[in-house]
Amino acid sequence: MAAMAIRNSASRGTMMSRQIWGLRSMSSWWKNVEPAPKDPILGVTEAFLADPSPDKVNVGVGAYRDDNGKPVVLECVREAERRIAGTSFMEYLPMGGSVKMVDETLKLAYGDNSEFIKDKKIAAVQSLSGTGACRLFADFQKRFRPDSQIYIPVPTWSNHHNIWRDAQVTQKTYHYYHPETKGLDFSGLMDDVKNAPEGSFFLLHACAHNPTGVDPTEEQWREISQLFKAKNHFAFFDMAYQGFASGDPARDAKSIRIFLEDGHHIGISQSYAKNMGLYGQRVGCLSVLCEDEKQAVTVKSQLQQLARPMYSNPPLHGAQIVSTILGDPALKGLWLKEVKVMADRIIGMRTALRESLEKLGSPLSWEHVTKQIGMFCYSGMTPEQVDRLTSEYHIYMTRNGRISMAGVTTGNVGYLANAIHEVTKSS
Amino acid sequence: MKTNDFSSSSSSSPSDRRIGALLRHLTAGTDADRVSSVFASPTSGGAGGSVFAHLVQAPEDAILGVTIAYNKDPSPIKLNLGVGAYRTEEGKPLVLNVVRKAEQQLINDRSRIKEYLPIVGLVEFNKLSAKLILGADSPAIRENRVTTVECLSGTGSLRVGGEFLARHYHQVDMLSLLFFFFQKTIYIPQPTWGNHPKIFTLAGLSVKTYRYYDPSTRGLNFQGLLEDLSAAPQGSIVLLHACAHNPTGVDPTLEQWEQIRKLMRSKGLMPFFDSAYQGFASGSLDTDAKPIRMFVADGGELLVAQSYAKNMGLYGERVGALSIVCKAADVAGRVESQLKLVIRPMYSNPPIHGASIVAVILRDRNLFNEWTLELKAMADRIISMRKQLFEALRARGTPGDWTHIIKQIGMFTFTGLNPAQVSYMTKEYHIYMTSDGRISMAGLSSKTVPHLADAIHAVVTKAL
Repeated sequence: MAAMAIRNSASRGTMMSRQIWGLRSMSSWWKNVEPAPKDPILGVTEAFLADPSPDKVNVGVGAYRDDNGKPVVLECVREAERRIAGTSFMEYLPMGGSVKMVDETLKLAYGDNSEFIKDKKIAAVQSLSGTGACRLFADFQKRFRPDSQIYIPVPTWSNHHNIWRDAQVTQKTYHYYHPETKGLDFSGLMDDVKNAPEGSFFLLHACAHNPTGVDPTEEQWREISQLFKAKNHFAFFDMAYQGFASGDPARDAKSIRIFLEDGHHIGISQSYAKNMGLYGQRVGCLSVLCEDEKQAVTVKSQLQQLARPMYSNPPLHGAQIVSTILGDPALKGLWLKEVKVMADRIIGMRTALRESLEKLGSPLSWEHVTKQIGMFCYSGMTPEQVDRLTSEYHIYMTRNGRISMAGVTTGNVGYLANAIHEVTKSS
Repeated sequence: MKTNDFSSSSSSSPSDRRIGALLRHLTAGTDADRVSSVFASPTSGGAGGSVFAHLVQAPEDAILGVTIAYNKDPSPIKLNLGVGAYRTEEGKPLVLNVVRKAEQQLINDRSRIKEYLPIVGLVEFNKLSAKLILGADSPAIRENRVTTVECLSGTGSLRVGGEFLARHYHQVDMLSLLFFFFQKTIYIPQPTWGNHPKIFTLAGLSVKTYRYYDPSTRGLNFQGLLEDLSAAPQGSIVLLHACAHNPTGVDPTLEQWEQIRKLMRSKGLMPFFDSAYQGFASGSLDTDAKPIRMFVADGGELLVAQSYAKNMGLYGERVGALSIVCKAADVAGRVESQLKLVIRPMYSNPPIHGASIVAVILRDRNLFNEWTLELKAMADRIISMRKQLFEALRARGTPGDWTHIIKQIGMFTFTGLNPAQVSYMTKEYHIYMTSDGRISMAGLSSKTVPHLADAIHAVVTKAL
């Protein structure tokens, strides 16, 4: 009834519309488009760039800076680009991307001598960095497990919510961060895992949790894995910081290796944005561990079906850089060294920040600054305190109090500590 | 065959081995084998097999499958007229000189960093792209009514545009005081590039078709086109190939474009141009953009997806742009903000390399001019191939009217051959094309035209 009424009024409206075509032609099809809210993370850098203050500090977006606050292009990347320039024919990659790049990337996640790689049980495609890998997986999940939902940790990288929402997969959350301890809410997490319906899909940060920097211990990962087995849950790992967290890629993949040992058929999103500094190249990999080679071929073919109407085939340049580096033992060795330098600098800045705050006599505990790991520190500051940092001290970070340690230098750590102390000392 | 991803160049390439493995698995084994292999696996653990065990293999992509078959053919006279990537007279892929120069410039600039682009992409690239397609003196640009975002080549631009339309495109009829939603439908030409319907369906639009190609004339079914667009509900979106229609090579004349424009504006139909061949079709960038500029000139709104895959030979770098021409500047601003919400959960921000190359070329007058010359050379070679093939068929007295070969434009010719004939040509002459009879003129050379002409002559006279 209602549908018919709507249709009737639609056709009536159509006739009237045609008569007033002259009037309609004046107005835009888009005049009802609302201005969208700024992205909470990327909007920070926009604001930072617009600030004329010479004291300004950007500890917002997670892009690495050296101790002079400058962005870094790794030497191994420069060398790879030198080799590539002038030689590439720039032809289309296959839909699944560069085979060489994917093969090398799987070794990083699954292990150089992984039997899964040998037995060809992994369905893997090159993706548009970590975002693209998560989105492809979310679309895949929607298409083939339409009744499933995704459990996302609280908090998480804000774009995770956007990705699964746009893929139209129902989202639920699980406890993760414990504000009181500024550490892991392990019992809350385990309860949520236990209470989730059997066969639920979970998003896990493999290492260097974004935004909190709080990771489960190895023992905790083992317990999580055991409970996942009991509940038959699907584990999807977002690994955006392999090598960046501890400085050792194998160590940073421990959570994944534990799950593999325990027999889980997992999914993984890998990104080279941070650990190879290839941010703007958009290069990553989505993999899904299958039961056998035939299934892997099948799953890969379906992933490609999702990639084709999104971008046809992934960009070449970043993949060439990765293949060149990882395929050359000398360059790969150089890369591993450079990754460790980056990770070590960040660990050093954590120590420096914590010591500075303690020296200033802060009444609060800043132990979490050195306990947390990876690029980010979840400071525990409130949005209001963050706003004060920005307006009074020209310090830019996301309003959840997340500090990108990559933006901290020996040159600005004192200024930063002082500002944090000032806005938090009365709390 | 040389590939770009540094995979082994030995005779048994990884892709061959994979295809071999796939074939073995598809042809061998019973269900029992499959089941037993799961339980026998030491790593299958626990109770769970894979949550994706119920999946079936997706069909091979029709176009890309042609190249796969071609690669496996050992014949020395094989000819690949499948996928639309430009080839030289020598049958080699071509990297433009201006692209090599731009690459060097980028490499030598040590101050360049590879950080994230903004969500909308490389801003200079966006501005230059808009100027390229709309014209440097476009009133829409002057009035700040255009929003442009860098996307992943044509595919990505179409997908982002489609998603935006699915979310935000609806009509409000003020007079009737009703807020009602027209079904967001996009009309695509029949036939069109195989990926179009998939892109728009996944974007959330309903896909319908309008008549386009007339098999009896191998030209445009203009009457049918006008009728179908007339019958489309007000507010429908219409996909238009800006030039060098893929797969047919059949384009409307400028007079016909003018009629299409008038009709669409009077019906309130939203134009969405796919411009994948600007400069490649006629050899002139401005000529190939004329239909789009006609629509912009009437002050109305439109979307245009641009690709630099063919006209700059940047295929694998995935460089393109989506421009939305709006009625007013403040509208353009809001539209951009909403485009960002589509892009961020898809891939966050676009790749930097290809767009940087394009920006270097477009911003430098000398490089730009040099590019137009290289572009014209590619277009001219294709036009020459058309002439040669036409002459070769005429010389053989091949029955039928083959003038469509020289009337059609762009990289592709819709030969009019049927699947049986195509299949025969592949088997007997080792000539590879898509089963709809589409051949890529870019894959032909003066040396191979006679072979193709012989094959066409054979299948036509064989009455298959």
